[in-house]
Amino acid sequence: MNAWVQAIINVFINPIFYRSTLNQSTPLIFAALGGVYSETTGVVNIALEGIMLMGAFGGVVGSYFTGNPWYGLALALLLGVSMAALHAWASIRYAGDQIISGTAIILLAQGITGFSLVELFGKPGSTDLVRSIPLINLGSFEKVPFFGKIVGSLSPLVYIAFASVIFSWYLIYKTKLGLRMRSVGNNPEAADTLGVNVYNIRYFGVLMSGVFAALGGAFLSIGELGQFTENMSNGRGFIALAAMIIGNWSPTGAMWAAILFGAASAFNDQLQSQGVLHLATNTQYLFGMIPYILTLIVVGGFVGKSRAPSADGIPYIKD
Amino acid sequence: MSKLKKFYMNDKIIVPIIAVVVSLFIAAIVMIMIGKNPLVAYGALLYGAFGTEGALINNIMKATPLILTGLAVGFGFRAGLFNIGANGQLIIGALLATYVGSQMATFPFYLSIPLMLVVGMVGGALWAAIAGWLKVARGAHEVITTIMLNYIAVFIANYVVNGPFQAPGGVPKSPEIAYSARFPNLVTTGATWLSAGIFVALAAVVIVYIIIEKTKTGYEVKAVGFNPYAAEYGGISIAKNTVLAMAISGALAGLAGTMQVMGVYYRYLGSLGGSMGFDGITIALIGQNDPIGIAFAAFLISSIRAGSNQMQIAGVSKNIVIIIQGIIIFLVAANRLVKTFMFWKNKGVEEA
Repeated sequence: MNAWVQAIINVFINPIFYRSTLNQSTPLIFAALGGVYSETTGVVNIALEGIMLMGAFGGVVGSYFTGNPWYGLALALLLGVSMAALHAWASIRYAGDQIISGTAIILLAQGITGFSLVELFGKPGSTDLVRSIPLINLGSFEKVPFFGKIVGSLSPLVYIAFASVIFSWYLIYKTKLGLRMRSVGNNPEAADTLGVNVYNIRYFGVLMSGVFAALGGAFLSIGELGQFTENMSNGRGFIALAAMIIGNWSPTGAMWAAILFGAASAFNDQLQSQGVLHLATNTQYLFGMIPYILTLIVVGGFVGKSRAPSADGIPYIKD
Repeated sequence: MSKLKKFYMNDKIIVPIIAVVVSLFIAAIVMIMIGKNPLVAYGALLYGAFGTEGALINNIMKATPLILTGLAVGFGFRAGLFNIGANGQLIIGALLATYVGSQMATFPFYLSIPLMLVVGMVGGALWAAIAGWLKVARGAHEVITTIMLNYIAVFIANYVVNGPFQAPGGVPKSPEIAYSARFPNLVTTGATWLSAGIFVALAAVVIVYIIIEKTKTGYEVKAVGFNPYAAEYGGISIAKNTVLAMAISGALAGLAGTMQVMGVYYRYLGSLGGSMGFDGITIALIGQNDPIGIAFAAFLISSIRAGSNQMQIAGVSKNIVIIIQGIIIFLVAANRLVKTFMFWKNKGVEEA
């Protein structure tokens, strides 16, 4: 037992844990923000998982063929937004079932990335290593004890993620466009009567979700390592949805929940890297399920209150 | 309009057929673009699915659990529930059934086989009922709760087969079930065999059909799915029927996992469920939530999956099968789009 307590303390006093938390949270923050944009306007987006996967793939392909990771990021955005556009097309213009359409996008992304991986790189599983987006080095600040090790050298995408939270909060709560987004998500009939174009606002929300989910995916592939592996989003799109719900559909709330999930994941990784667990390797699975149980507790309303936009998930059909 | 013409003009029949044809057509264009001959590829696919006795057996063995996950998702849809958690229910059902099956060495088959089936169904039903209860008592949407329950099930299974219920040898898999709890093999060809599980799956099709069409339970579940408020006004309990529908859906998924244990692996393996839960969604949508339609759709998907290996040998990555499935689901979701192809309905809702 003592060894366990010591191991847990060791994790928390190690700056690597905090740096890893930032890195694990970043893709979740991006994707959860994507969910907030889409669902604020009333379109449920479980396709985040697929959009992230396309973003991750696009990042590597762009970087591979141009040698420039920023072009990779551009291709990630292009592919991510295209997938989001498909979801928007089916669920807004054709008033399709948003969850079914989202499921289709996830399968399409898995199929397209798996198929193209073999076609472009000649083997299944993973791509070659490509150039990743350079980290931002804070120079002498890196030598500051503890904090220097946490933020001394991070991907610019980490900073962009946090900046996006502030930007999104401002956009959704402080601008006319944000007001329209919220009104379309809560009461599309009333918004329509007041002259708001419900369809355009919803297209905007869904396409923005493509932008952010793709950024999250690109971080996974070209944020640090510079490689794509098959199905690399690995459920993060679903975790991001959970973070959005726990965060009560607000950008800041979603960010805190994403950080919580990121920290849980980083904690588990760091704990595994210590010697004590060789005696009981299966305990990692018990720790691993904690975030998911936590999500059930929150969506079950046992802790806090979480409320979706009233018209979330309901297609709007003009009479 | 003649009765026959009415049948073919029915959206329920025409939308999935068009979706399947269009998706195969798009995939063919993709193959041409990468310089492959789609006729050769589809020929290989057909040969891989039906060409030999072994291929046909493999196909039916793949269809067995898919019929059940398709029924699971389809039954949920009928009750207005999107059960995206068939995978978790399948895992819990298979895990519990395996445990019971491993303890039945002294039991005669006429006790162990029914017991395995029941335990597998109860495991899946209880796991799904958690989501049903969270929905009616706490207002949590079943899509989120079943996704979370999927992950939790995977972690539980990994924990169990890496420790308390691990076969000797350090490999993450459970001990084997007793011989008395295994399905008899109907036909054996080389390394493939046809287990009696297909009869269980086909019996489930009939039973689910009877439940939906001929019983009070089926009527109430459908009523709640169609219009919950009207159903409640008519004296039908939303809460009871939602939990019940979720449990029946989960029981079918649990049975799918149990088929894999009793007929294929004879133990619990982490990979036993594969993508069957997700495939169940495709199958329910193609089958339009009709038990008989689902049985045909399951054979369609199992044929595509079984044939995809042969197609890969012919030079087309089998990932194209997942793209085909994605396009089918997308077109079923946007069924107004499919009707636009047919020029007999108006365009999107914006112009409506």
